[in-house]
Amino acid sequence: MRTSTVVIGAGHAGLAVSALLGERGIDHVVLERGEVANAWRTQRWDGLRLLTPNWLNRLPGLAYDGDDPDGFMTMPEVVGFIDRYAAAVGAPVRTGTTVTDVRAVDGGYRVTTDQGTWDAPTVMLASGAFNLPHPPAVAADVPASVETISPLDYRRPDRLPEGGVLVVGASATGIQLADEIHRSGRPVTLAVGEHVRMPRTYRGRDVMWWMLETGVLDERHDEIDDLVRGRNVPSPQLVGTPDRSTLDLNALTDQGIELVGRLGMVRDGVALFSGSLRNVCALADLKQARLLDRFDEWARETGVDGEVEAPHRPGPTRVPDGPRLSLDLRSGEIRTVVWATGFRPDYGWLQVPVLDRKGRLRHEGGVVTDAPGLYAIGLNLLRRRKSSFIHGAEDDARELTDHLAAHLGA
Amino acid sequence: MATSETPTGNGVNVQALLDARAALVDAPEAAEFTWRATNQWQHGVHSRSTIDGYFGLGADHQHRSSWEFDADHPLVFAAEDNGPTPVEFVLVGLASCLTAGVAAVAQNRGIKLNSVKATIEGDMSILGILGADPDVRNGFNAIRVKYDIDADASGEDIEALVAQSQKRSAVFDVIANPTNVTVEVN
Repeated sequence: MRTSTVVIGAGHAGLAVSALLGERGIDHVVLERGEVANAWRTQRWDGLRLLTPNWLNRLPGLAYDGDDPDGFMTMPEVVGFIDRYAAAVGAPVRTGTTVTDVRAVDGGYRVTTDQGTWDAPTVMLASGAFNLPHPPAVAADVPASVETISPLDYRRPDRLPEGGVLVVGASATGIQLADEIHRSGRPVTLAVGEHVRMPRTYRGRDVMWWMLETGVLDERHDEIDDLVRGRNVPSPQLVGTPDRSTLDLNALTDQGIELVGRLGMVRDGVALFSGSLRNVCALADLKQARLLDRFDEWARETGVDGEVEAPHRPGPTRVPDGPRLSLDLRSGEIRTVVWATGFRPDYGWLQVPVLDRKGRLRHEGGVVTDAPGLYAIGLNLLRRRKSSFIHGAEDDARELTDHLAAHLGA
Repeated sequence: MATSETPTGNGVNVQALLDARAALVDAPEAAEFTWRATNQWQHGVHSRSTIDGYFGLGADHQHRSSWEFDADHPLVFAAEDNGPTPVEFVLVGLASCLTAGVAAVAQNRGIKLNSVKATIEGDMSILGILGADPDVRNGFNAIRVKYDIDADASGEDIEALVAQSQKRSAVFDVIANPTNVTVEVN
C-alpha cells in the first residue's frame, strides 16, 4: 500500500499529527498496535491521574469542555478524551496493526506490519517515550527472593506481596507509588536521587498555570543551555488529586515513609545507598526557590500580583540526620522493589540508522537527523518543555507537519 | 604477644595498638576521632590543603608539623598542573592505608617484610563530571591495587595479609561503602 505519511502510534501525539495532516489534505494512515490511546489503557496504574489540570488538556481542534476545569483526569477519562478526539478528527487509524520493521527505500520508507506493508515518503514516529522501563544495572543483583516490578506492570498495591517495599526513584511516578503503596499498609522505603520539587498550587493557582503563563513550558529546545540535561530531568514531584494537594518528600516523611539516598549498588544481597541524600534535597529546594522567584518576578512585572495570593515559600525538605546507607534485601524486611527509574522509547523495529550509541533518536526538534522525511513527536523536550504534555503536542505537530508538507512538496 | 619488642622489625608498634584496643573497649568515647583539613582556593582549579591537627582520645592533638598539599588539574584539563588531581589523592589515601595495614598485620603475625610496593589505578569516564552523559557516574568506575610483596612468608600468607588489610582499612571502607556527606556554607 502507498500513502504520503505513515504515522506510527494513535496516542494523543499521533492523532494531533493526523488532524493537521487531514486539514492539509495529506493522505496518511495511523498505525496502532492496540487500540487508540493504547498505552493509556494498558500500561498505567489504576490510581493514576494526569499531572496537568483539565483546563490545560487540549489537542488541535478539541479543548476540555467538562465541568471540572481544575480537576485531573483519571486514566479512563484520558482514554475517553483521546477516543473522542480520534472520532472528531476522523483519524484514519488502523488498530491492531503492529509495526515490525521500518527501513529506508527509494523515495522514502517501507513500514512493515503484521497487517501488511506501507510505502511512504514520510513517516512520523509517534510511538511514545515511555515504552520500556529503565531499571538501573544493579537491578540484576537484587536477590531472587525479592519481587521486582516496573510501573508499566504495576496496577495497584494489593497485588504486591505483603511486607516492605523499596521504591527506587523519586520522580512523579516514584512519589505517587510510594504514597499509595505505603497507604496500603506496606511500609515503604524511598531511594531518592536527583529530583524536581514543585508545589501543586502556588499563590492559589495551579503550578501548571504558572509554568504556562510565565513561559517555562514554552522554552524551546534550541534556547536551552544543556539539552542533554534538560531531556533527562526527572518528571516533577507532582500528583493530580481532587484536593490539589502537594506530594513532596516532607509529605511522604510525615506518613512514615523512610527516605534513603540514591541506590548505588546491591552487593551480596545488600542494597547500598548514596550518602548524597542531603545534597540532592538541597539542590531540589534551591531549584524550586529559583522557579518560585521567577513566578514572583513575572507576577510583579505583569501586574498579576494583586490577582493572586501573597508569595510564600515551602519549608526546606527535612532530611533525616543519618539516613540509612544499607538495607539487607535478604532479611525479609523488603519483599518488593519498584523501579521508578524512568522509561525509554522502544525503537526495536526501526531499521534506519538514526540512533546514537545509547539508542536515542538523533533529531533536531523532531526532524530526524540524516533521514529526510522521518519525524518524531511526543518525546521529552522534543521542541519545547511542554512537548511531553498532552497540550504540548499541538505546537510541535503544527511545526513538524509544516516541515513534512514542505518535504512532500519538494 | 610475648613481648613488646618488634622482633620481625617492620617498625610497627603492635603492642601499643593492642593495648589501645584493650583500653578503648571500656572507654568508647575516647575512640571517637575527628580528622581535619582546611582547603584554600588558590587560582583557577588549584587549591592548597593544610593538615595540622586532629581530635581523638578526648583531646585535640597537633601533628609533629603542619603539612600542605597542593591539588590542581592537569594540562589536558586546561589547568596548570600545580599538584595532583584530587582523585589521585584518593588513590594515595587508599594505597597508604592498605600498605599501613599490610605492615601492621604482618607485624602482628610475625611476618618480616622485605619490600612492599603497591601500584594503584582508578578508571573514570569524564563524561560524568562534564555532565555529558547522565548515565555515567562522576567517580571511579573501578579501582585496582596490585601489590608486589617480598616477605618471609608463603604466598598464601601474603595473600592473607593483603586480605586482612582490606578488611580493616578505613579508606577501603570509605571508598567501597556509602558515607553521609554534609556540605554547608557558613
